[in-house]
Parts: sequence; C-alpha cells; structure tokens
Amino acid sequence: MTVDVTQAYTRRRVVRDELVGLYGVVERNIYLTKRYFLWDFAFLLWTIANTLTIVFIARGVGISPGERNELETKLLVGGVIWAFLGIIFEIVTETVAWERWEGTIEYTFMAPVSRPVHLIGMGVYAVLYGLVRAGLVFLAVVAFIGIHVPHANYGAAVALLAIASISFIGVGMMTAVLPLISPEKGTQLGFIAQGLMLVVSGVYYPVSVLPTWMQWIAKISPATYALRGNRASVLSGAGVAWADAWPLLLIGALSIPLGLAVFKAGERYAKQRGKLKRSG
Amino acid sequence: MSAAVAAVDVRDLNKVFTRRKGLFGRRRRSALSGVGLRIERGECVAILGQNGSGKSTLVRLLSTLLLPDGGSAHVFGFDVFKEPRAVRRLVNRVSVEASFFKKMSAAENLSYAARFYGMGPAETRREIPVILERVGFPSARRNEAMENLSRGMQQKVALARALLTSPVLLLLDEPTTGLDPRSKQEVQAFIREIRTSNDATILLCTHDMKEAEELADRVGLLDRGELLFLEPVDDVLARYGASTLEEAFFAATGRTFEDEKSEEDEDREVYA
Repeated sequence: MTVDVTQAYTRRRVVRDELVGLYGVVERNIYLTKRYFLWDFAFLLWTIANTLTIVFIARGVGISPGERNELETKLLVGGVIWAFLGIIFEIVTETVAWERWEGTIEYTFMAPVSRPVHLIGMGVYAVLYGLVRAGLVFLAVVAFIGIHVPHANYGAAVALLAIASISFIGVGMMTAVLPLISPEKGTQLGFIAQGLMLVVSGVYYPVSVLPTWMQWIAKISPATYALRGNRASVLSGAGVAWADAWPLLLIGALSIPLGLAVFKAGERYAKQRGKLKRSG
Repeated sequence: MSAAVAAVDVRDLNKVFTRRKGLFGRRRRSALSGVGLRIERGECVAILGQNGSGKSTLVRLLSTLLLPDGGSAHVFGFDVFKEPRAVRRLVNRVSVEASFFKKMSAAENLSYAARFYGMGPAETRREIPVILERVGFPSARRNEAMENLSRGMQQKVALARALLTSPVLLLLDEPTTGLDPRSKQEVQAFIREIRTSNDATILLCTHDMKEAEELADRVGLLDRGELLFLEPVDDVLARYGASTLEEAFFAATGRTFEDEKSEEDEDREVYA
C-alpha cells in the first residue's frame, strides 16, 4: 500500500482535525481527573477550608447581622473567584509542566494539531472544571456558614465568569510558557501572576481603598470586573452589566492573541535551546 | 511531486547548544556539524553513534522539536523548519523512553495521541484494538494503567502509538535499548514487518551494531556531530578493511577502545 504524501488537506479537513484535537485535550484531562480523583477531592476540601478561613473574618467584626451577611458574601465571592482563577492558571500552565513531567511533551509538540487549539482546549477544560469546582466551594461555604443570598442571580454570575474566563485563559497562556523557559521554577511563577492580578482587582476589598496607581492597574485587570459583577449578581440579583461585560470582552480579545504570541515566542526559544525535552 | 523526491533530504545541518558554565560563563557544544544525508522512500537507514554523538539531536530536528543553527532538512519535499505542520502529518517517532501518562491506560494514551492526528472516537474504538494486537500487546490489558506494565509492554504501546497515525516516515530513536532479549526480538521483527506493510521509510538510531546490520539497508556513523559515512554494510566493511562494524567504527573514528574508555565524560555530554 503506497501512501500519497502529497494529499491535500482541505480547509474542511483541517478544521475537522483541529476540532478533534481540541476534543482530545479535553478528553485527556477528563481521564486524568478520573485517575487523580481522590487528590482533586482533597484539594477541593482544602479550598473550602481556605475559603472558610477568609469568610469567618466577618464573624470577628462588630457589625450588625445584615452587614455581616453582606460582608461574608463579598468575602465568599472573592474566595471563590480566587480559587477559580487559580484553577485556570494551574490547568493552562500544566499544558507544559505536566507533559514535561510525564515525558510526553515531545510527542504532543510534534503532533500536527495547532498550538492555539492545544492551548484553547486546555482553557476550555479549565473553565468547565473551574466552574464546577467554584460552584461546589460556593455551596459548601454557604451551607456551612449559613449565608443568606435570597436574591442571587446565579445565571448572571456564571455567565460573567464565563466571559471573564476568556481573559483568564489569555493570561494563563502567557504563564504557560514559563515552564518552557525554566523547567525548575516556571510553574511557580504562574501563581505569582494569579496573586498579582487579584491583589490589584480588589479580591476582598473595594478597589477604591487601593493606592491610586494600583487603581489604574485595576482598570485593565479582568478580575476587577468579574469580582464587581459577581458581587452584584450574588448580593442584589443583578444581571450581567454591560459596564462589566465590555471591558472583559475587550481584554479577552486582546489577551488571547497576546497569550498565543507569547507562548509561540517561548516555544521557539525552547526549540532553539533544546529545552523542550523532559526535564533533567 | 515527482517520484524522485527523497523521504529525507538533509543538507549541511548544524546545531549548537549553549549551556551555562558557572555563574556567568557559557559553554557551546556543537551537536551536529555539517550533516548531510538523503534517505529514499521505503529505505531503512540506521545511524550508529555513541551517547552524545548527535543521533537524538538529528531525530528531534526532523521531528520539528528543535530549530537548527544552519542548514536545511526536507521530508518528502516539505521544509521541516518552515512547513512543520505538513511534516508533522507525515512523521512519527518512537524513543528510548516510553513516554506516557502513567496513570492512564494504553487505550487512553493511544486515544489522546490519535486525536491530535484527527482520529475521532469511532475510529479509535475500531483501530486501537487492531493495532495493539498487531504489535503483540494483549488486548485484555489495554485498560490497565501504563505504570503497571513492563518496559517491554510499554515499548509495544509506543510502537502502536507511532503506527496508529500511519506515518510515512518513522523515526526510531533506540527503540530496543533496555528491553529484554525476547522483547527486543519482537520489536525488531515488527520493524521488519512495517517496512513492507505500512509503506514506511525508517530512520533507526541505535547503539546496537548487530541490530543496525540486520535491519538497515544502509548504516551511518555519527561521531561528535559529524556523519562519517552512510553506506551499505558491505561497503563500510570494505572501505575500512574491517570484518565487523565494531572494527569499522574504531577505524572510522581513529580511536581505540582504550581511548573510548578513558575519554572525559564532558566530551560526550548529552545535550539533546
């Protein structure tokens, strides 16, 4: 049997192959989640406990029950979004880190699926997994503390998080390149990006209490609008506000191409320096 | 595309690695220096060489995993460095390390690999049992975690992964190193079989001179990044007046066995 090496790849075939590749990335992550389920469950419990430590701060403040409920809700929203953002960065960064650790990175990087599809596939899984996890953390803390959110508009909150996720994935792509540059330290730097983004975005406090220069930076952080919108949706039942949505869409439209460009440059650097192979 | 297009056409390929030496120093090491070779479609070519000779660097360059510092390489007429996606559709690789997600099963690992080549769920459900049977892997074990399988079994799955995508150029980088004698023979027998049944051109990098002699149409020697020869075995032996490839190796490199033993490890440091 002689294979025709000149077989033309029609656009339709290329699109189909890319979609199958994207599905494959999500599918693989599902397999790994099943295999590491107990670890993920333990990590979920840790996240719930960590979020509780923050929400309980409201119990130590001398305020009325109504104000305390509001403060607990705001802290909870901050904690849930911190955890959600952390999962997205962690999973997208694993694009390189995990595959390098397993030794599969070369096989993945020599496959014909495009890098954008590869990264977007990781992002899609990260968002789906992150939303489920965020929901579980939220429900667990609400039940444990006894927070009352009778007006909460969960649909709007989830929708806003999904829109914000476009930007989070874009930033995550930039941090995903770090393990390519430094196999030893790159992954940890991803968490620095998460922390810096959230501290300027008012994760547990209004942005207005920050120094002026940090308030300016907050304007370009997608987490600022995700936090503001989610607080409004959960506390007051607000829908997705255009004032929150358009900055997120704009930042997302810029961060995805920028993230891909940064990753491409990092991949090229790694291929020039021979850093793509398994660590050590 | 004419019939004369080579499966692999490498010209004056160079690759230099730079590594840190001390706090501020840099050390440059030439992994490949002016390497040129041509492999015709359907051939099996074996490249011999010590650790650090540049074999894996050559394989990685052809796999689009490294960028060169000079020269060119074409696979079936496609430029490896300017048209990597076209090359990736034609090439697959088996390396000495059976690289898998250890907690996932053979079937799951193969599915993941196949998806990147456009194989959907229905196709992999049909093809994975077939390919595993073909490489001699017991189908009943395809849902076991890879970490529970022996090295020989893992290498069979690695072969299956490479063949599942029907590559026209198969890059085998020490595929039998570390295998027990029986597994080694099985893999070698399988390599012979796929040459004819899969219309595959094979580049085999190996330490094993006997393996090279038995499997390859031509044998090459990479020594410190330079390709000293690439010829049929009989021509190599005749050129160096040797009766074995080992003798030819030492004659070609100009070093004795004692020279090899006493050589500083730093001179043979592996970069890729």
